[in-house]
Amino acid sequence: MTSQEENFMRKIEADEKIEPKDWMPEAYRKNLIRQMSQHAHSEVIGMQPEGNWITRAPSLRRKVVLLSKVQDEAGHGLYLYSATETLGITRAELIAALQSGEAKYASIFNYPTLTWGDVGAIGWLVDGAAIVNQVSLQRTSYGPYSRGMIRICKEESFHQRQGYEALLALANGSPEQKQIAQDSLNRFYWPALMMFGPHDSESAHSAKSMEWKIKRETNDDLRQKFIDQTVPQIEVLGLEHPDKAIKWNEERGHYDSGEIDWDEFYSVINGNGHCNRQRVEHHIAAHDEGTWVRDAITAYNEKKNAKKAQNVA
Amino acid sequence: MSDAIKQATLEYVIRLGDDSVVLGHRISEWVSYGPFLEEDIAYGNVALDYIGRARMYYSYAAELADDGRTEDDFPYMRSDREYRNLLLMEMPRGDFAYSQVRQLLADAYAAVMLPELVKSKDETIAAVAAKAIKETKYHLRRSRDWVLRLGDGTEESHKRTQKAVDQLWGYTHELFDMDETEQLLADNGIGVDVSKLRDAWHAMVSEILTTATLTVPDDSWAVRGGRTGYHTENLGHMLTEMQIVHRSHPGCQW
Repeated sequence: MTSQEENFMRKIEADEKIEPKDWMPEAYRKNLIRQMSQHAHSEVIGMQPEGNWITRAPSLRRKVVLLSKVQDEAGHGLYLYSATETLGITRAELIAALQSGEAKYASIFNYPTLTWGDVGAIGWLVDGAAIVNQVSLQRTSYGPYSRGMIRICKEESFHQRQGYEALLALANGSPEQKQIAQDSLNRFYWPALMMFGPHDSESAHSAKSMEWKIKRETNDDLRQKFIDQTVPQIEVLGLEHPDKAIKWNEERGHYDSGEIDWDEFYSVINGNGHCNRQRVEHHIAAHDEGTWVRDAITAYNEKKNAKKAQNVA
Repeated sequence: MSDAIKQATLEYVIRLGDDSVVLGHRISEWVSYGPFLEEDIAYGNVALDYIGRARMYYSYAAELADDGRTEDDFPYMRSDREYRNLLLMEMPRGDFAYSQVRQLLADAYAAVMLPELVKSKDETIAAVAAKAIKETKYHLRRSRDWVLRLGDGTEESHKRTQKAVDQLWGYTHELFDMDETEQLLADNGIGVDVSKLRDAWHAMVSEILTTATLTVPDDSWAVRGGRTGYHTENLGHMLTEMQIVHRSHPGCQW
């Protein structure tokens, strides 16, 4: 081990943060770029399934709440892109990787939002699962990522409460509304559990990420936390739990649960979700349509700068 | 408040609410379609301001109507023939130039109208206007900057922006029309006499368009009808989408 490597590992072991100018192993940098950009892309792609309901929100208050939420996601995306750029890569490169399919985003957004209830379910379950993960990531070893997570978690927990509240209104509403809530819960519960990634034994990046303290808790431990916190929330809603095997285990102090359908998980990741192509195509189309606007800004600024230079001369 | 004035105020507040919700809705259609992420955030802010305004106007309308209707009954339970928004607000999203030009025309209108509205003897209306004035300063700065950059950017952006100006100009004349309702309120110090504001608006918009190397259109055509519910074909589609969930579940809470 070189002295640089030793120094790096000493910091990791002492729970000191790694900062952009610090030496870091190339694999650590790459691993972080992968994870952070995936996180940023998820925020950005996540704007689509929720944005799908802004124009149909059933009350002005809900419209405002949803619009603010989607705006927050855009802000998180921006923040995370900037944090990723500290690792020596540009936002343009990151976006190109998203559009080529080289970089991933959370597979949950490949599921369609079919009803107003899905907006509530995403806030409650998807943001809820994200928070469990992100709270853990507040202690991640890379400084800019850790600080980003602290800031983002505050807004996400707000989103989770709003999502839950929207679903609560449905669950306490007419029989049709309650049915909408149950349907959304049924469709989003399992995909939300899959957000924590494969079982630890199957996870490709987990071991090294844990050693470098990029990840602080394992996929299965985080998933268990989420399962445990969701049971009483479903009870308050008065809805049926989608997992018929859910059962309190006194000895473990946790809920036992049914097995996740991993075939579906991999199938959706590999392109068989309802929206995989749609989400990326939407992003590409908006980006391409924006080209002439971005070109206009560049041209305008060049003209202004040229004028300024002329005036100075 | 006399019955006639109360009725006129209710009608007036609904008109202002309709303007706000329709424009806010149109802007919100840009979410995730912007040319870059910062723009998604900035434009979202403007949409939020307008929908926020709509909520204030409609909740005041509910208070004035005092017939059991709520804030949401006005936007969600009226058809396009009952809507009273200015036609400019309902025009479709179009391309980015079209939306930004419409925004400039609407922001400049707000910029000349709100300083008068804030003097309203109706305290609620004056309070909404006071809040809106601050927002509009930011909106106008933004739409002005965009029109300058797009107008004086590339050949393509110039062409698109001029086309948008030419296509939208005819919908701006009715912004300055008065009818009996608004005249009654203007005479009583509650509403604004918008017929007196066109010169100031025209000067402001012309200065910006000219600086952006764009041509100010002549006033050769004018479409009117928003305030009487005679809309373009666009509004019906917009409301169909906006109202579908709300109307599918009558009487429900959300």
